[in-house]
Amino acid sequence: MRQEIVKAAPAYTEFHPRWYRAPVSVYWWLGQWRYLKFILRELSSLFVASFVVITLLQVRALRNGPEAYSRFQHWLQSPWMIALNLVSFLFVVFHTITWFNLAPRAMPIWVRGKRLPEFLVAAPNYAIWLVASVVIAWFVLR
Amino acid sequence: MADKIILEVARYSPEQDTKPCFATYEVPVHKEWVVLDALNYIKDKVDGSLTYRWSCRMGICGSCGMMVNGEPKLTCATFLSSYAHNGNKIRVEPLRYFPVVRDLVTELSDFLVKLKKVKPWLIRKDTVPLSQGEFLQTPEQLDYYKQFSMCINCTLCYSACPVVGLDPKFVGPAAIALAQRYNLDSRDQGAVERIAVLAHPEGIWGCTFVGECTKVCPKHVDPAGAIQQYKLNAVLDWLTSFLMPRGHNSQDVKP
Repeated sequence: MRQEIVKAAPAYTEFHPRWYRAPVSVYWWLGQWRYLKFILRELSSLFVASFVVITLLQVRALRNGPEAYSRFQHWLQSPWMIALNLVSFLFVVFHTITWFNLAPRAMPIWVRGKRLPEFLVAAPNYAIWLVASVVIAWFVLR
Repeated sequence: MADKIILEVARYSPEQDTKPCFATYEVPVHKEWVVLDALNYIKDKVDGSLTYRWSCRMGICGSCGMMVNGEPKLTCATFLSSYAHNGNKIRVEPLRYFPVVRDLVTELSDFLVKLKKVKPWLIRKDTVPLSQGEFLQTPEQLDYYKQFSMCINCTLCYSACPVVGLDPKFVGPAAIALAQRYNLDSRDQGAVERIAVLAHPEGIWGCTFVGECTKVCPKHVDPAGAIQQYKLNAVLDWLTSFLMPRGHNSQDVKP
């Protein structure tokens, strides 16, 4: 019995018998833009996933023949799909920019004992993004 | 510049209060005064019972970290004049996510336990006799870890990190950055001993890369960078051990 009482007692320390611990609100991320931005960045991965799902559905429609593909195209043209794609596009751009900007922090590149400036590590990511976008645009719009 | 500024200071007396409340003080503004000067003014002239930590007044000791208008700051490096545009009101609170002992004083034992867990000291596997002299290091080898060695343990990064608030077991930014400081030191051989604590859900994998720890660091340590770099090394290490089960060099990333 005595042991149980000891176990249930709060973890007091020898020096500070009482202290105040502020509870963390569920909405901790709403107050300041920097934390809201982080949550939006994390949320953006859902929209990246939605793009992946739509692309997979497109591949499936393509495999099922011209009729299925025109049905798929018709589905894409519905207003709510256009709205979803527009929101997804904005989130994917946000996702890409925030992660490209963070890349140099995770990958410091040292050349002859000196760390490369951050923009030099981020720049190739943007360059590849630009080239890929131009190539895809050329295929789609030609 | 206004002559007076209002300080709203969090007060908490464990003997009388169940939770902190705010007391308001009017403090004269001098061009060169920082928030710590204002607190010292209150303690000297208005209310001697106000309790807070400070020591060096010059951003070296890391004692005077507090929340200033919701942001973790070293109060010795935060000028009153920067807040003149804010209706001349400054809210000073104890560092977020730490238990409060009294007024602006936080309890740091938890941080110190975590810090010790990552073994932030030089570990050698061999024993070299003193007669062989010191372990030499080139300036390049020093540069490799120097940024992470600038930490003054002020714990501002813990107050900026929501993961610390949501998961009290998270080892946290400063401790991981300091572990990485030793992992990257050419004289250290203890990276393997630090893996168990670092490559763990409550270590580096707890970090969601909010990145605020780096932004609030007064010494430009970049703990977020240290954690992501360790994550990358841990993945490469796992991959190497998977592809080459024998003879891979665990977490040895030194120049």
